[in-house]
Amino acid sequence: MKNLYSILLGMLFGGILVKAEVLSWFRIQEMFWFQGFHMYGVIGSAVAVGAVSLWLLKRFNAKSISGDLISPAPKTFNKKGNLIGGIIFGFGWALTGACPGPLYALIGSGYGVILISVLAAMFGVVVYGRLKDRLPH
Amino acid sequence: MLQALSNPWPWYIAGPAIGLMVPILLLVLNKSFGVSSSLRHMCAMCSVSTSDYFKYEWKKERWSLLFVLGIFLGAVFVSEYLPSNKLVGISDATVEKLSAMGITDFTGLMPEQIFSFSHISNPATLISVILGGFLVGFGTRYAGGCTSGHAIMGLSQFSLGSLVAVIGFFIGGLIVSWFLLPLILAML
Repeated sequence: MKNLYSILLGMLFGGILVKAEVLSWFRIQEMFWFQGFHMYGVIGSAVAVGAVSLWLLKRFNAKSISGDLISPAPKTFNKKGNLIGGIIFGFGWALTGACPGPLYALIGSGYGVILISVLAAMFGVVVYGRLKDRLPH
Repeated sequence: MLQALSNPWPWYIAGPAIGLMVPILLLVLNKSFGVSSSLRHMCAMCSVSTSDYFKYEWKKERWSLLFVLGIFLGAVFVSEYLPSNKLVGISDATVEKLSAMGITDFTGLMPEQIFSFSHISNPATLISVILGGFLVGFGTRYAGGCTSGHAIMGLSQFSLGSLVAVIGFFIGGLIVSWFLLPLILAML
């Protein structure tokens, strides 16, 4: 059942990504050129809804449908890793016009060439895996 | 209703919809929202590398692989049953600026002049598709998250590390869009 839910929730998110236009290279350039509010509005309101939701889940000690208490682990903070890695991802975000979720959604939207980007991204992860211990984190 | 769903959504619908993925994923699967770790799991699944970074039980993270399969399928579904015939609603200023740099086609989600198999030998395509993809993979794993994991989930948790990462995303993106993109588009 969990497998089915995972796919269905992915489909929901994939559909939203397309309709939100956040997977559009055009939107990404508009955002980085500060020529439109759309992306900022999307990210800002998503964070607001996410934060309020998390607060409510905590406030009411919400449990998942399998009965486990919901308490998401905090993100780990690597001062250098988050900044340097973030900058490197930023390069890739503006070049492809897509972050990881949108990459998959773009392939589904008919941009088969983005499959090459996903393979290149996997190669990037492999290279990171090799260099990990020698990189500042 | 269907028409309203088909048209591109305004930010105040799209943003909250994305934000709701956070509690939905927690309530249904008890998982933290994030996408880029799927790239690592795919590498581990395919045993493409022997480094320790891929020695873990990727099968326990199956939800992540199915979730991204779903993202793909969701986009297929939308293209098939809820297609939009509208142009991506970017500002006139952006259209003007991109036109001046040689972009002529604004019909799709991304310019086909760059993002299509028929232009794969073009340096602009190689840089955007292959180098761009590589940096997305390398950078997100180095930073420990992407726009979903850091910008949406992390900022929703008021994580300082995620704020640092998001600032990094913008430093990188601004450098490329302002300084590198004009040079790349000049190769078209």
